[in-house]
Amino acid sequence: MTTTTELMSAAEILGGLVTAMASGRIRVIDLTQTLTPEFPQIALPPEMGQCWPFRIEEVSKYDERGPGWYWNNFSCGEHTGTHFDAPIHWISGRDLPNNSVDTIPVQNFVAPACVIDCSADVQGNDDYLLSVVDIERYEAAHGRIPKGAWVLMRTDWSKRSDPKAYQNFDETGQHTPGPSTEAVRFLVEQRDVLGFGSEAIGTDAGQGYHLRPPYPCHYYMHGAGRYGLQCLSNLDLLPPAGAVLICPPLKIEKGSGSPLRVLALVGASA
Amino acid sequence: MTMPLMRPPRKNPVLRTRQMNLPPGARGRVALGLTAAAAEGRFELQTCEDCGTVQYPPREVCHKCLSASLRWRAQSGEGELLGSTTLHHSNDLFFRERLPWRLGLVHLDAGPTLMVHLHGEVGDAPTRVRVGARLDRAGQAVLIGFPNEGSAHMADDKMLREMTSDPKFRKALVTDGKTETGQAIVRALVKAGADIVWVGHAEPWKKMGDGLDDISALPQVTLVPLDLTNGRQVTELAGSIGGKVDIVINNAEVHRTFGIGARRGTDVAKAEMDINYFGLLRLAQEFGPALKGRSADGATGATAWVNLLSIYALSNFPPHGTFSASKAAAHSLAQCLRAEMRPAGIRVINVFPGPIDDEWNQHTPPPKLAPTALANAIVKALRDGVEDVYPGDVAQEWLERWRDNPKVLERELAAGG
Amino acid sequence: MTRNRLSYEGVAVAVPITVPYVRYSTHTAHWFIGQAVQALVEASGVAKEEIDGLCLSSFSLAPDTAVGVTQHLGLSPRWLDHVPTGGASGVMCLRRAARAVQAGDADIVACVGADTNHVDSFRQTLGSFSNFARDASYPYGSGGPNSIFAFITANYMRTYGAKREDFGRICVDQRTNALGNPNAMFKKGLTLDEYMAARPISDPIHLFDCVMPCAGADAFLVMSEERARDLGLAHAVIRGAIERHNAYAEDPVMVQGGWRKDRDDLYAQAGVQPAALDFVQTYDDYPVIVMMQFEDLGFCEKGEGSAFVQSHTMTFDGSFPNNTSGGQLSAGQAGAAGGFLGMVEAIRQLTDQAGPRAVPDAQLGLVAGFGMVTYDRCLCTGAVILGRPA
Repeated sequence: MTTTTELMSAAEILGGLVTAMASGRIRVIDLTQTLTPEFPQIALPPEMGQCWPFRIEEVSKYDERGPGWYWNNFSCGEHTGTHFDAPIHWISGRDLPNNSVDTIPVQNFVAPACVIDCSADVQGNDDYLLSVVDIERYEAAHGRIPKGAWVLMRTDWSKRSDPKAYQNFDETGQHTPGPSTEAVRFLVEQRDVLGFGSEAIGTDAGQGYHLRPPYPCHYYMHGAGRYGLQCLSNLDLLPPAGAVLICPPLKIEKGSGSPLRVLALVGASA
Repeated sequence: MTMPLMRPPRKNPVLRTRQMNLPPGARGRVALGLTAAAAEGRFELQTCEDCGTVQYPPREVCHKCLSASLRWRAQSGEGELLGSTTLHHSNDLFFRERLPWRLGLVHLDAGPTLMVHLHGEVGDAPTRVRVGARLDRAGQAVLIGFPNEGSAHMADDKMLREMTSDPKFRKALVTDGKTETGQAIVRALVKAGADIVWVGHAEPWKKMGDGLDDISALPQVTLVPLDLTNGRQVTELAGSIGGKVDIVINNAEVHRTFGIGARRGTDVAKAEMDINYFGLLRLAQEFGPALKGRSADGATGATAWVNLLSIYALSNFPPHGTFSASKAAAHSLAQCLRAEMRPAGIRVINVFPGPIDDEWNQHTPPPKLAPTALANAIVKALRDGVEDVYPGDVAQEWLERWRDNPKVLERELAAGG
Repeated sequence: MTRNRLSYEGVAVAVPITVPYVRYSTHTAHWFIGQAVQALVEASGVAKEEIDGLCLSSFSLAPDTAVGVTQHLGLSPRWLDHVPTGGASGVMCLRRAARAVQAGDADIVACVGADTNHVDSFRQTLGSFSNFARDASYPYGSGGPNSIFAFITANYMRTYGAKREDFGRICVDQRTNALGNPNAMFKKGLTLDEYMAARPISDPIHLFDCVMPCAGADAFLVMSEERARDLGLAHAVIRGAIERHNAYAEDPVMVQGGWRKDRDDLYAQAGVQPAALDFVQTYDDYPVIVMMQFEDLGFCEKGEGSAFVQSHTMTFDGSFPNNTSGGQLSAGQAGAAGGFLGMVEAIRQLTDQAGPRAVPDAQLGLVAGFGMVTYDRCLCTGAVILGRPA
């Protein structure tokens, strides 16, 4: 179908975007959690290597260590806070071409997003799994998920500001929502999506270890050269369809992921 | 009879806090042998190996036969009080602020005449006394005349309290309440009469059993968020409670069971160092100044800093090689802390247990130290004013081997123990 | 005792000098030494260049030494000694100077005891007085020797039944003597009631049992009798002298002093019995030590000190003149000059320069020295018997 943009020059398209942003017709939404030492990080069993939490230390603050300036050194893992997962992160994607954050084609860092609302289903069921039925219901209301789009699972989990509630551990492990194996395979095989995004600590559900295969979202998405986004927030401010995500990770040599700023461009009335 | 210590009244906040003036701290090198023994709770004097004469004051050669073979030996301290006096005047600021102060002259059965601080329950001469050695606020050994039979409250003697760090009516911080050891320490402090025990815990979303819930039910206990790897959090906690903490007990540690080759990467060793060494550094930078500023703040002011080290700090235990190295680093830093705390008269107590009976020593055969035994050793060290503690059979044996010949111990540990 | 000791005949002790004591001074010890030597020169008519021997006692020379003083004062002696032994230094300097003169190693020896006293001198001297004081007594806050002598006093009282009043008699009579000494720091009389009521320092030591530290100097010249006569100088002669260090070390607490060990030798040299003496200048850091000197120098038996002071008046005009210038307890203790105080007073008494406090017909007197509390007792003791020339 021919649209207006096909008749406009690149300069006119971009110029129009700039004008629309200046007037507020196009707004920028921040989908990122603030990096603080209190924000929890993924916790593995003690025998395994651990992801570093975010830590920050002053170098100087207008004081004897540096009279006119303030700056810090910080440390964290590639998977701390709101972060991007590259295919090389998982064993199923280890040998794919362009699979690390420094080699992923950069145009993939600007892409449309489909937001599937599971917030009601998650009430009273911390282990809720996004199903194929959920996807079909979404498409019936908002149209087919386009190829190369992000699929974001809105659960309002990011509103859990208490780290204990956010991690939601008990004696049997972590309990956070995620996609079912079938849903992931559908998105990869039937819809050719760009990647999966979650508000929780991982793209897979907290009990994902017990699914078949374990951690199916990581397994299938990265196995197909797709990406992941975790610890997203403000998904409730996005329209179900039509938002454009901007999410370039740090250009770390052979990096498996990185914390990043995830932004969404949306219309004024969204 | 010693008056039992009463709970002190609340402090008037508009008054200046009294600062510490240390008692005379200069000692010659030979005299420091007294301090070295008192640091571990022993009263030792030099004995001539050739003629047996016991020497005091400490010296280089025997005053009887001129032999240079003088050896420090534990003393019973039994003796006769020749005279006592009560100081009503002193040019020395420490004593001037604490007058009247009782002194005694004791003729030890072993021979020498000693000038001593006198416990209030010792009567007038002539009477029998028992002399012991304690570290005074300058961290140097002084001799004390004790009664042969002490009353139940003899530890509350005003003079003796200047040499010790009794937890009674004091407020303590225990940096990690999530381990069994931490919980045992909290219980022991509460039993010893501590008013408040702040208990640190990190990663609140990680639950390690019910122990933390159990101790948080104790009325003296307040849980506080504390992750020693998080500098900002340590600063915030110090800002909030630092001005009230009298005793810091740093028991937070990461213990893994790797040497060099058993695990690739430095992240595990870094995690050990980040808590065991840098954690101590952060804690000391943030809590140190307020602790020092309150070291003379009334009868129950700031008094001590306890570091849970490990006997592996003395000589590396290769199966836990990186842990040993982190504890060695912490030990060195704790010595630095001791030197920096000294001008304020704060006692730094270093505890060197052998393997504790916990999950990380699962493969270590007994004897292992029960967490309650370790906790009791810490409270005892605070009460006795001892500064180097080696609790348990393994620690004691390891220490003996290390003192006898550290190189031999190194070889034995490399061969498996 | 195998060999006979050489007598001190032919030696003259003259020109008693006191640089007036002051409580505090901003001057160094060198100023007081300089003042003393200038006074010796002026009073004796001996030119500074003729002083060819110097014997010094001072605790406040540091970082300088006795040799530094020679350059400071422009002296060029061929005999030099530094005897910083506090209360025993007067006796010890005299013994050494006398032998130098007898041997011809020096002709005119200036003996000077001097110390300055800054506002914090007292505490500074104590802190580093000796190894043993640093390690075994200063840490106990004793504030100097007060508590040590409290132990010694208490033990003596318990052992021999002495009372504080007995020590008070010594102090009261010395104060009476001081009223005739224009250089004494204390100018007011002292009653026994005032002595007993004074505040405790380290019981049973109370305020008037303690000397007052100050700055000052005392000095005298030692030369041959022949030289003294040529110069027209009134002088005393040495009839006997003893010295002992670290005596009775086995006594758990001091009950007797080294004089006891050597007194027979002293009186044998002098050829007299104790009763022949017309006055004594005992070393009075504390009254209990004065009492021990009465016993140990043979005036009464051990333990009879109380009875002795009760049955004698110790004023300059009494039955047993003791410390006729007031002693340190009333004149003040100018550091090491305290060891010279009794010596210059004895010389004054024997050369008719003692003014209103002159002991009637003083012919023979004893000066005792005692000093250097390094741990739990003084280590040095000494005594000299001086007399008028034949």
